[in-house]
Amino acid sequence: MSAPTSSRPLPWRRRLLRGALVALVMVFMAALVLLPLAAVFVEALRKGVVAFAVAVAQPETRASIRLTLLVAVIAVPLNLVFGVAAAWAMTRFQFRGKALLGAFIDLPFSVSPVVAGLVYVLLFGAPGWFGPWLSAHGITLIFAVPGLVLATVFVTLPFVARELIALMQAQGSEEEEAARTLGASGWQMFFRVTLPNIRWALLYGVLLCNARAMGEFGAVSVVSGHIRGLTTTMPLEVEMRYNEYDYMGAFAVASLLGLLALVTLVVKALLEWRYGHELAARTARGH
Amino acid sequence: MAYRRRVLPGFGLSLGYALAYLGLIVLLPMAALAWQAALDVGGWLRLVHTPRTLAALKLSFGGAVAAALFNVLAGLLVTWVLVRYRFAGRRLFDALVDLPFALPTAVAGIALTAVYAPNGWVGQYLAPLGITVAYTPLGVWVAMVFVGFPYVVRTLQPVLETLDRDVEEAAESLGATRVQTFVRVIAPALAPTLLTGFALAMARAVGEYGSVIFIAGNIPMRSEIAPLLIVQKLEQFDYAGAAALGTVMLAFSLLLLVAVSLLQRWSGRWAERAA
Repeated sequence: MSAPTSSRPLPWRRRLLRGALVALVMVFMAALVLLPLAAVFVEALRKGVVAFAVAVAQPETRASIRLTLLVAVIAVPLNLVFGVAAAWAMTRFQFRGKALLGAFIDLPFSVSPVVAGLVYVLLFGAPGWFGPWLSAHGITLIFAVPGLVLATVFVTLPFVARELIALMQAQGSEEEEAARTLGASGWQMFFRVTLPNIRWALLYGVLLCNARAMGEFGAVSVVSGHIRGLTTTMPLEVEMRYNEYDYMGAFAVASLLGLLALVTLVVKALLEWRYGHELAARTARGH
Repeated sequence: MAYRRRVLPGFGLSLGYALAYLGLIVLLPMAALAWQAALDVGGWLRLVHTPRTLAALKLSFGGAVAAALFNVLAGLLVTWVLVRYRFAGRRLFDALVDLPFALPTAVAGIALTAVYAPNGWVGQYLAPLGITVAYTPLGVWVAMVFVGFPYVVRTLQPVLETLDRDVEEAAESLGATRVQTFVRVIAPALAPTLLTGFALAMARAVGEYGSVIFIAGNIPMRSEIAPLLIVQKLEQFDYAGAAALGTVMLAFSLLLLVAVSLLQRWSGRWAERAA
């Protein structure tokens, strides 16, 4: 083989083809991704900044923001602890049924969000398995905040675990074994060796988990019951306003979620750029 | 293994906690759904076998296949351009690929409707051409393309990045045209990955709810998707009907999950053999 292809000047026909392909991709992505993104913010500000501020300051909006934050604050740490535990077991030990466990961890990603909500209604709703017992004891899970948390935990379960399993598999356990051999206790090893090694991947997983937790719609829609001010998270507030023909209000709330998505993407890109080598390889990550 | 277990602590605690958590959050509820359907298979079939339900299932599955097919082609093109070419704004476009992952589905739904409705940003120019996107099956397809698109790109990207260019150059130096090189050398190497991307994009599109329902218009027998029918049945307290339809969707999800893991094993072996 002689000189690499790239050092030769490209023939004009191939340059033309390249230009055409790049232009095609730009037009496609503009139509599919950029225009809808722009639409969110333009429609939110269509009647001016004041109308936007009024829509955001409404008590229902503020209640939905509080509820969204509350659900995320509970669901994300739960899945963080699960992710660390699952990744530790999956990457540091050999046991039977490991592949199956990995498949089950991925399961919530391939289940329709509506089905995710449905299973909880069937379990805890009035006619469900535990429904009569729950109502006899005065406990409401469905059409209440606990149901929203459960549904959110379900759909965001794999994010942290997936990221950590891929990274810890690649890192191996030599450093941890060394720490143990040198006399560190289990928790000392975890906090001084494991945690510093996985911190950026952990943050990365939490970032994606949080974005989905705050933006989840289908699963929470099924278990919410849409009680204004009590069980409507921000995505549900968007839907209710839209269905009430309050388009500007719907887009005002939607633009807040759009901002969250943009911030998530920026932080994600920063993490990939700055700590890419401390994150799992970019393979079929999804979501 | 015995050695490792002695050196590294926490096997029982971590595995026990993970299994208990997973069992309570995922497996027990799933089992409840499957149990509900298994109790009365005849009734279950009857509930699914109505014209309206069949139409919804057909739209969800047909639309998902069509969207995933399109996404494989468009995703291949976008990934190729992002990996192989250097142009202004490349990093921005690369980051934008993830937007459908990050944007909440309800937001995507009303935004796509604002763009593609007959009086919308793009829709108003399509309407005189006789193309109606929103409130038709075409609108369902657009939303499904939107949510599935990143899966193909992000599955394909790492594979295309590590694809050995020596082989391509060898093919060209031996006189293959660009098209021949693509069809004979590049496409076979990417085939398992493309299939994985297809399955992932399709799995997402079949169950998609939030981004579809706003642009779909939800006209029964025409633009009504299966997940929406589940929601409607629940709203009418038809729990058996909702469970029946939910089981169909769940069974399909499990099938696709198995398909994806088999595909990934296959492409792993493929990569080993190529190396």
